Amino acid sequence: MTEKADVVVIGGGFMGAASAFFLRQRARSVILLERGLIGQQASGVNFGNVRRQGRYLPQLPLANRSRAIWSRLTELIGTDCEFLATGHLRICYRREDVGELEAYATHAREYGLDLELLTQRALIARYPYLGPEIVAASLSPQDGHANPRLAAPAFGRAARSAGAQIHENTEVVGVTRSGEDFLIESADGRRFSAPTLLITAGAWATQLSAQLGETAPLVVRGPQMGVTEPVPYRVEPVVGVMTNDPREVIYLRQVTRGNIVFGGGGRGPADATARRAYVLPGNILNQFRQLGRLVPDIRRLNLIRVWSGIESYLPDDCPIMGESPTVPGLYYAFGFCGHGFQLGPGVGETMAELIDTGTTEIDLAPYRIERFAEAAPIALPEVELSE
Amino acid sequence: MTAPRIIVVGAGPAGIRAAQTLVEAGVRPVVIDEGEASGGQIYRRQPNGFKRDFRQLYGTEHRRARDLHETFDALREKMDYRPRTLAWNLSEGALHIVHNGISNAVPFDGMILATGATDRLLPVRGWTTPGVYSLGASQIALKAQACAIGRRVVFIGTGPLLYLVATQYLKAGAEVAAVLDTSAFGHRLAALPLLLARPDALAKGLALIAQLRLAGITMLTGIRPIAIEAGADRNVARVHVRDARGRDRNFMCDAVAMGYHLRPETQLADLARCDFSFDPATHLWSPMTDAMGRTSVRGIYVAGDGVKISGADAAEIAGRLAAHAAIADLHSAHPAGRGAEGSVKKLLTSHRRMDRFRRGLAKGFPWPAHLAEALPDDTILCRCESVTVGSLRMAATALGAPEVNRAKAFVRVGMGRCQGRFCGPASAEILAAVLGKSTDGVGRLRGQAPVKPLPIATVPEDAS
Repeated sequence: MTEKADVVVIGGGFMGAASAFFLRQRARSVILLERGLIGQQASGVNFGNVRRQGRYLPQLPLANRSRAIWSRLTELIGTDCEFLATGHLRICYRREDVGELEAYATHAREYGLDLELLTQRALIARYPYLGPEIVAASLSPQDGHANPRLAAPAFGRAARSAGAQIHENTEVVGVTRSGEDFLIESADGRRFSAPTLLITAGAWATQLSAQLGETAPLVVRGPQMGVTEPVPYRVEPVVGVMTNDPREVIYLRQVTRGNIVFGGGGRGPADATARRAYVLPGNILNQFRQLGRLVPDIRRLNLIRVWSGIESYLPDDCPIMGESPTVPGLYYAFGFCGHGFQLGPGVGETMAELIDTGTTEIDLAPYRIERFAEAAPIALPEVELSE
Repeated sequence: MTAPRIIVVGAGPAGIRAAQTLVEAGVRPVVIDEGEASGGQIYRRQPNGFKRDFRQLYGTEHRRARDLHETFDALREKMDYRPRTLAWNLSEGALHIVHNGISNAVPFDGMILATGATDRLLPVRGWTTPGVYSLGASQIALKAQACAIGRRVVFIGTGPLLYLVATQYLKAGAEVAAVLDTSAFGHRLAALPLLLARPDALAKGLALIAQLRLAGITMLTGIRPIAIEAGADRNVARVHVRDARGRDRNFMCDAVAMGYHLRPETQLADLARCDFSFDPATHLWSPMTDAMGRTSVRGIYVAGDGVKISGADAAEIAGRLAAHAAIADLHSAHPAGRGAEGSVKKLLTSHRRMDRFRRGLAKGFPWPAHLAEALPDDTILCRCESVTVGSLRMAATALGAPEVNRAKAFVRVGMGRCQGRFCGPASAEILAAVLGKSTDGVGRLRGQAPVKPLPIATVPEDAS
């Protein structure tokens, strides 16, 4: 027997779970297929940044849309996913970088994101725990952080409560088009069909899209995350470094429980087939040094755990999002290049809008899958220059 | 052929015998140990200036202790011994160690993990009250520092260590308020045929019980712990249990030593990506090995209580066996690699006997899974992250966590400083019970670096 719906979503990460939820808000019937458990891969292992500042400017309308949903999570899905609008502080160590912070703030304002520039003096007064090397910062007061381990599963549960058919432990092995419908077959022989297919399968998305004749130069990397033992809650904003030196990249946030979560300073190897990713010991030691520059007192704490996961990246550091140019009814939202967490709810709402109405207020032109076929190949930077 | 680079992690009975066997085969091992001095937990040495003799310190095991200490001291020039050093991480072919705040990578061809064990704990209401110690910690206080954890101590839990430490406290002049064992006398009777595999060890155990009885100590079996209660000073004041006949019993005390036998320290085997298996007799996960101690990963060996809780004598044998395996696999050209068959055969025979005894202990002092399952919702389960039993149950019921790693992600159980080493065994039972699954059906907490908390002030060797 074939299970049918208006939309089949393949991939139960944050994008898939949020899309399923918002499709139900629009009364579309949805089947969501997830190989493991909801939110287990990139969606669950990332830093948890709900950050807009520092993003690629044309992405801000999508980030703003998402940010509005972050504030409404309790009302929408029954839990806040530990989202706190603590502010996000983007700091720099060099006078010559201050201009870049200023320029970004000027442009961001045009997109409705108000940033506050802080001098070293103001920073020390407001955040006395910051290190003396910091010369200036840009504060995004309405940004913050949330718990990535909770967010996608919470959207999954809410989508299920709203009537979505969520099938975990369901690995898709075949995707074909038959007449007006997509036929999807799972490894254990179950079949699903729908006139609309949304692929939100992260690092594994191109394995599916290729079956329908489209692909993209996706590569996988592992974020390098760590967490300290808990200490009294003191560091309110998320703090990240703006720099052109990849080894200087570090970002941290303190959860109210007291632990300080951090990441940055390069990415590690990941194996999408084995579904394993690694934190390199050398990266951890570099992170320690960078953490000490940012918040010197952190040197008195202990690291208790590191982790990684499988994130997917594209050469221009932008995701693939929108409708397929060649296969009617096929949609994509994957390859969020390590900064999809903040966007999750907005991507879900946007994809649901696009599928439901055929259009969206968000400009998806930069995220077309065909852009890689048109452009000359670009080498992917091995490094990360933003959190 | 040059000798292979072999690391031994741990300088307890298993590590010492492994190092000795490697040296005999012409290998200069690197021995990494967290301790101030060799000996491990069981043969822990006292600090300089303390003057207790071997007999006072190690009781019936004083000859073994002396022999191990002397053996290791004699090896000093023939190995690269790194005391006070934590093996904190593992990468392809290199062990990452930290000493005095400096980290460096030690490349290796083979590694013998002789990492020992810690207490296995079962939460009970009030177990985080000041004055409650694990059995192992109570023993270390006495052995290393000649300190007792209190003047009037309740010993609660199960396992041979319960009786050993109670006896040691008695000898040291502390008052033993009671020895309260969750396992029943019937368990011991049923285990007798297996325990007879080592009549010497069995006799020593019975002698401990006899000493306690002679001293008039209250010893109860088949008890159910109810609560550990604090007094006005917030320190522990009373232990409340239900005895085998269902009567409530209270024991006044100023300290509690608690433990449910031991559990292996397997973080490095986990980071080495060794395959693990679940032992239904003990409800413990351990790296899978052959009889010699070879794991599923080439070049990684495990020996002693770090794989199965068999005690110090068995650990000595296992350490030798693992070293023989490493030599055979990595250094076969060496003459000691050949001609060892005879001694290996003998070692295997006695190790089998030790293993029979191990199974006897597991049967005689079983892990009380049923007590973990029955813990009230308001009991603190994960003390590092202050997670209650009820929160874990909620992770399974309301949030749909089907296994331990998912539950950890949802409610932080096992996410703290101990990384689930102490709350993990009870968590698995609670989760299994609420989901109606077997204990192994809820999986195993994935290990992640660092092996133990690592100071953020740590710097790499080249930067120091």
